[in-house]
Amino acid sequence: MRRSKRVGVALVALTIAGSAAAPLLAPHAPDERLPGRLHAPPTVVHLVDASGAWHAPFIHPWRLVDQLEQRFEEDRSRVVPLVWLARGSLVRSSDDRAAPLLILGADSYGRDVFSRLLYGARISLALALLSVTAALAAGSAIGGAAGYVGGGIDDGLMRATDFVMVLPAMYVALALRAVLPLALGTPAVFLLLASIFAVVGAPFVARGVRAIVRSERDRDYAAAARALGASDLRLLVRHLLPATRGFLAVEATLLVPAFIVAEATLSFVGLGFPDQAATWGTMLEDASNIPALADFPWLLSPAVAMFAVVLGVNLVLQDRASGVESIR
Amino acid sequence: MTRYVLRRLAFAALLVVAVSSGSLILARLSPGDCVTRAGQSSGETERLRARYGLDKSIGAQYVDWLGRIALGDFGDSCLYDRPVRELVPERAANTAILAATALALATFVGIPLGVVSGSRRRGPLGAAIRSVSILFVSLPPILTSLFLVFICARTKWLPIAGMRSASVVRGDEFADLLRHLIVPASALALPLAAMFERLQSQAMSEAMAEPFVVATAARGVPRARIVWRDALRVSLGPVTSLYGLVVGTLLSGSFIVEVVTAWPGLGSLMLNALRGRDVYLVAACAGAGAFFLACGTLLSDLALGAVDPRAAQ
Repeated sequence: MRRSKRVGVALVALTIAGSAAAPLLAPHAPDERLPGRLHAPPTVVHLVDASGAWHAPFIHPWRLVDQLEQRFEEDRSRVVPLVWLARGSLVRSSDDRAAPLLILGADSYGRDVFSRLLYGARISLALALLSVTAALAAGSAIGGAAGYVGGGIDDGLMRATDFVMVLPAMYVALALRAVLPLALGTPAVFLLLASIFAVVGAPFVARGVRAIVRSERDRDYAAAARALGASDLRLLVRHLLPATRGFLAVEATLLVPAFIVAEATLSFVGLGFPDQAATWGTMLEDASNIPALADFPWLLSPAVAMFAVVLGVNLVLQDRASGVESIR
Repeated sequence: MTRYVLRRLAFAALLVVAVSSGSLILARLSPGDCVTRAGQSSGETERLRARYGLDKSIGAQYVDWLGRIALGDFGDSCLYDRPVRELVPERAANTAILAATALALATFVGIPLGVVSGSRRRGPLGAAIRSVSILFVSLPPILTSLFLVFICARTKWLPIAGMRSASVVRGDEFADLLRHLIVPASALALPLAAMFERLQSQAMSEAMAEPFVVATAARGVPRARIVWRDALRVSLGPVTSLYGLVVGTLLSGSFIVEVVTAWPGLGSLMLNALRGRDVYLVAACAGAGAFFLACGTLLSDLALGAVDPRAAQ
């Protein structure tokens, strides 16, 4: 494996592991608001105290120096040691009330950005995976039917996919989302977005599947299976669709980052998940306040996380695809 | 050729009508409307409902709307209290400025870099270009715009919001517009340039392996001339055929860039219209988007025919 490809695999694996182990790694609950810690910066982990003596890793609490500008200063007089593997998490502060451990700072409600990032990865990744599965299933069904049956059905189905593909994907998703009530609960939004993404993604899958099924249909092995009495459905499902596996794998890896970005975009403009749900999109919404963004750069951490995942996928796919769909 | 263009134009008109009809009906079907406000008498609400055609059934409103479009009346926006006919072209022009600048930037940065990296598979320059472009391919416009806005908000180098400064000296409008354009246009252009670079690089390295290129080199034609004249010409096909799709990409990307950088374009107008249930405005915005798309695909197909006459058939 090439070195860059290995980096890609590592980036993706790291994100998946981080989201899977969120309850263990996160020092706080994703919706826990820390009073008096609005926009607190990341806590710095020290090893040497003011007098030059070495300690186990410890932190200083943040002291609010300017309420209006939300400026904080380290209170060097207090040493708060970190505790490991306590109360169900890998590492946390020994005094959560006075000196919470904020690895990536706090957001505008005083919630821990690092914990939200880990829990947010769960929703963002799960949504992308569910949408991709649905898009692949729908696309294979449409493409398989069109390629196998041919004729008028083929024409009709391909016209329909052409129509969806030529429209800007973001506008279609936006229009479909906006038709439904603007305020919905997290599970409802999850299913809704998954179906919208499936509708937008399926045509790309259907085109490729159709082309493969059409050419495989006339191969000898298909004729042999038919001669042995295989029904149309069996021939399609057992013999022809397996030939699309390689294509589907590439398509899935292209669509996952596209859907992660789509979720972020919709949540960013207020048409995605409700604000209290932790997803990368709702977290980015916090960064839409430009003056706050300039002062509190840690609000961009979900953007960096998204970049890491998309980059990882692109490095893995490097020579196979050009990333056309990842920015659509 | 003329017949081909005419047929494509007819298809484009059909697309515009289909898309705007679809979005009018979708917008009407969505819960809530834009005229009901708290603390408003029921008589006033009724009057507004009648003004925006909301008192009719969907079918009746649709037929009525079609009839009035034929006369050039696209209805009034109830969010902005202005005729849609004035509002949409203004915003569409802003989006066109942004998208065209980004497309030009992406083309003039991405394609030459792709030629360089594709014609030098080995060596540090090609490798450097490849690594930078794989980074930018992985940065969709929502991320580039946020990062650029962040940098400019910190450094105060460039304006990050809107299209014009409030206090601008007369005669300086154009320079002011250009300064406002840099952040949104680069945010939109960077991922696209990277994508062009990747595609052009691929096509270029394939072209360099063609027998006619090897034969030309064997005749002693200088390398620069082979790369920039002979190989470039045959390698332009893939990127050119992508231009039709790129219009859709640009519109999708421009939407989020407009929201992040407060650029007063079609995307942010569409978002407001959708959220505000502004039926006629939604239909007109969607129609304008479809119009851009149809023009873009047609132009790119004509360009492809010019680059590669075989594809024009």
